[in-house]
Amino acid sequence: MSHSHSHSVEHDASHGTVKSYLVGFLLSVILTAIPFYLVMEGDFSKVTTLWSIVTLAIVQIWVHLKYFLHLSFTTEEGRASTFSFLFSALIIVMVVGLSVWIIYESNAMMMY
Amino acid sequence: MSTVSAHLDSISGDGHEHHHDTSGDTIFGFWLYLMTDCLLFASFFATYAVLYMNTAGGVSGKDIFELDFVAVETAALLISSITFGFAMIAAHGQKKALTLTWLFVTFCLGTVFIGMEIYEFHHLIVHGNGPQQSAFLTSFFSLVGLHGLHVTAGLIWMTIMMIEVAKRGLGKSTVTRLSCLSLFWHFLDIVWICVFTVVYLMGAM
Repeated sequence: MSHSHSHSVEHDASHGTVKSYLVGFLLSVILTAIPFYLVMEGDFSKVTTLWSIVTLAIVQIWVHLKYFLHLSFTTEEGRASTFSFLFSALIIVMVVGLSVWIIYESNAMMMY
Repeated sequence: MSTVSAHLDSISGDGHEHHHDTSGDTIFGFWLYLMTDCLLFASFFATYAVLYMNTAGGVSGKDIFELDFVAVETAALLISSITFGFAMIAAHGQKKALTLTWLFVTFCLGTVFIGMEIYEFHHLIVHGNGPQQSAFLTSFFSLVGLHGLHVTAGLIWMTIMMIEVAKRGLGKSTVTRLSCLSLFWHFLDIVWICVFTVVYLMGAM
């Protein structure tokens, strides 16, 4: 980690403004309202709805990371945080994805 | 919390030499803790994903989830995210009264969220759908309850921070602690996005 004098400058850039919070909030409201609407109305097929809500959730997570948690690649501090997040995301995908895969396959093999 | 001890370590560690700004390290260290917390949540999500169909002849998600109720919970948590953001902006601007006001608003919204969750859990248990009924309900109560416990911890921490800000003002170490709590609070909102998508929306489909 950097202990340099530029530290305080980085720090000032790393917490948002009223405007950036409002933008993040508005985007989040939209990205929350759509999936709730899709499921509550049930106008679309199950597959379409499923992929839509998963996509919207991932987009909203990105919005939160950018506008509320201020993750960025532009500062040294931000890079370290972002890389540690990406590493965690990789582990999460492996833990959740592989667990689900293994158990569903073993379930399927035992039934037929 | 861990931030406090990390902060004390940093004071005793290099306090006698030149005074380095360690707040960035403290916040990064807290971020790493949050990443490990992600893994804890991931394992609970994996468990839920594996077990949600095992209802043991009892209720499934479709029978018990009320989406308009969850939408209000979600709104409370989302609004509390932006009010915490405003509290942080006020804290960085050294506006003590404004910081306390926004923290209090955030605290109230967090309390609304937890209150609604306790109501939901109580409602389920009273109607015979407690966590011991099926693997689905066990994993549901564990996952949503784990998030609820985190939010409760956040509320306790927020109370402590409000007292600290009121008594000591917005010194550097106080703002650092507030920054950590802010990360924690926004992180919980991200986890909630996954919870309402995977548990409630997919369950009610």
